[in-house]
Amino acid sequence: MNVLKIATAGSVDDGKSTLIGRILYDTKSLTTDKLEAIETRSKANGFDYLDFSLATDGLVAEREQGITIDVAHIYFSTAKKSYIIADTPGHVEYTRNMVTGASTSQASMILVDARNGVIEQTYRHFFINNLLRIKDIVVAVNKMDLVDFSEEKFNAIKAEFEKMVANSDYKDQNITFIPVSALKGDNVVSESENTPWYSGRTILEHLESLDAKDVFEKGQARFPVQTVIRPKTEEYHDYRGYAGKLYGGSLSVGDDVTVLPSTTKSKVKSIHFFDKEFKKAKKGSSISITLENDVNVSRGDMLVKTGEEPKITKELTATICWMDKDPLQASSKYFIKHGVNDVQAKIISLSTIMKPDFSGEIENPTQLTLNEIGDVNLKLSKPLFVDSYKNNKSNGAFILINPKTNTTSGVGFIK
Amino acid sequence: MSLDTIKVGALESEAIHIFREVVSQFEKPVLLFSGGKDSITLVRLAQKAFYPAKIPFPLMHIDTGHNFPETIEFRDRLAKELGVELIVRNVQDNIDSGKVKEETGRYASRNMLQTETLLDAIEEFGFDACIGGARRDEEKARAKERIFSVRDDFGQWDEKNQRPELFDMLNGKIDLGQNVRVFPISNWTELDVWSYIEAEEIEIPSIYFAHKRKIFVRDGMIWSAEDDVVYRDEEEVVEERMVRFRTVGDMSCTAAVLSDAITIDKVVAEIRESTISERGARIDDKRSEAAMEKRKQQGYF
Ligand SMILES: Nc1nc2c(ncn2[C@@H]2O[C@H](COP(=O)(O)OP(=O)(O)OP(=O)(O)O)[C@@H](O)[C@H]2O)c(=O)[nH]1
Repeated sequence: MNVLKIATAGSVDDGKSTLIGRILYDTKSLTTDKLEAIETRSKANGFDYLDFSLATDGLVAEREQGITIDVAHIYFSTAKKSYIIADTPGHVEYTRNMVTGASTSQASMILVDARNGVIEQTYRHFFINNLLRIKDIVVAVNKMDLVDFSEEKFNAIKAEFEKMVANSDYKDQNITFIPVSALKGDNVVSESENTPWYSGRTILEHLESLDAKDVFEKGQARFPVQTVIRPKTEEYHDYRGYAGKLYGGSLSVGDDVTVLPSTTKSKVKSIHFFDKEFKKAKKGSSISITLENDVNVSRGDMLVKTGEEPKITKELTATICWMDKDPLQASSKYFIKHGVNDVQAKIISLSTIMKPDFSGEIENPTQLTLNEIGDVNLKLSKPLFVDSYKNNKSNGAFILINPKTNTTSGVGFIK
Repeated sequence: MSLDTIKVGALESEAIHIFREVVSQFEKPVLLFSGGKDSITLVRLAQKAFYPAKIPFPLMHIDTGHNFPETIEFRDRLAKELGVELIVRNVQDNIDSGKVKEETGRYASRNMLQTETLLDAIEEFGFDACIGGARRDEEKARAKERIFSVRDDFGQWDEKNQRPELFDMLNGKIDLGQNVRVFPISNWTELDVWSYIEAEEIEIPSIYFAHKRKIFVRDGMIWSAEDDVVYRDEEEVVEERMVRFRTVGDMSCTAAVLSDAITIDKVVAEIRESTISERGARIDDKRSEAAMEKRKQQGYF
């Protein structure tokens, strides 16, 4: 069955967790024991309604503070497909967790509180969704019950949001606006009688209409070698299987391939998945490959079809979203993880910081602080073989690791 | 003879990718094997990841001494068939030496005591990555877990400060003394696991299928009365029913469900229809709202 990955976005208290809880409830995805737990807890908190955010806020601190701190992954399915929803935090402080949840998602539900309209966090989250090139955006104008389900309010917010979209460079993005009340259930799973002026789909109807696709599916065949399988048994004496996941395109036995970085040429001899051999492998498959001639291939190398080589480079220009308390500064050093490849990187210069409301850029900044997004030039200790993120998500993104703390400090999107 | 085209399913492909990252990024990984369906599924995925080579790390079971005998027999046979090393560490040893104290009474369980034995074993062997079969759909604190989850010297989970985890790039860099818990089937649901077991025709211990058992009912849950491990009051009546287990953790905290599912397809059909979550049959999670989170902070896996 197809799996659609969705992330939520929007400011604190816009109702992300409530919306997911409502979807789970209305699709009967909450098991009896979980529902009972929500009922008990809601009563204990003195609510006369069910607090659906309790379905996803899994940490004690979250329940105490009533906010989401880290991503929760929620699973449910309909007759049509399976869903994985990443419920992400709205608080600026936890933007890194929002990016974590959104990175693997194909669609995003951005919530806007109908009373407040588009605010700074809405801009920021839409900006990040854009940077990640998330294809389908649902703008859920929430808490419509608190504005008398006003059509004017909804249209005003829609207009405001569209002004922001006009500045975006990602023209293929689909944006859909839906007026909802997550708490009461209007237009979430079933149509609302309170919005006779709205004739569009409900949130679930809209999600059901989307085609589930792996976010990495676009782009040419890239096969980063994770490990070399050498059984060293009599039966498989000379077997050298290159194990990895095929991102994009397909690979067939007999295909001419180039090994990077050595640029050695070879041919695909066989394709294996477990104890079976295949003539062809499709994108998204974790497989093993053997090559015709005895070439030297190890972890971090990449097989590509000859004629479809990515750029081999020791310098990168990338947009970086910073996630560390220690700011990124010119001349600091990090580890880069690009796919399964690790090299060292030095920051050469910072060229701009982007204002997340699309209002422009700050030139020549001295540093990038937590949650800031900017363009950076880097020098690498060894060449990487890269595509631009726009053309190939899997081969166009990297993470920066702080060598002192080993934490993941930033994510980069190659220009 | 080669078959035509392969397209590996998203969840299976992701799990295999994770296994291959583990052996490449860590010196001494180990697969935590409980004999339950999730760890059996992990073993199959590990086989697929490295075939035709053997699974390149040992299996380790932290034995509470309260396991179903069927599970233990199954565990030993599987390890032998695969030709991989099986390490067993017993909670009983820590109880005997007085290092930990056993709970007593009605809801006594050795679940918490596992943590201590696990941490000792990690230190004894110097494991830097422990692969486990936890899934995010199991429980709300688990829903928050990363695929590579960093633990400190004390095995503690710093839930408010997890590393970002982007796309499928897994950062396994750690300091000396730290270790990583790895969850390759994070994104699988209970139904995904069962469907996989069915599709792959994977053998599982017999207690997962409906069988006649002497049981008693307490707090609306069904407990096995065949082993003296489970505490039973005099007035709790024993009867014989057809039951099966949905999880096979420690006997003292794993309840059964009434069932007629004697084959895998019937089990899958029952799971599909079920309105109770898998953990609904685990008394250890019912102790408090934050039971799982607390255990994890202390190093539980
Ligand atoms: N009246 C009304 N209240 C709502 C609606 N949706 C959410 N709320 C309330 O708004 C508050 C915040 O909701 P949450 O779902 O926790 O918000 P969130 O966006 O998940 O917040 P963070 O995760 O912390 O960013 C709760 O008290 C909800 O009950 C709605 O449609 N109408």
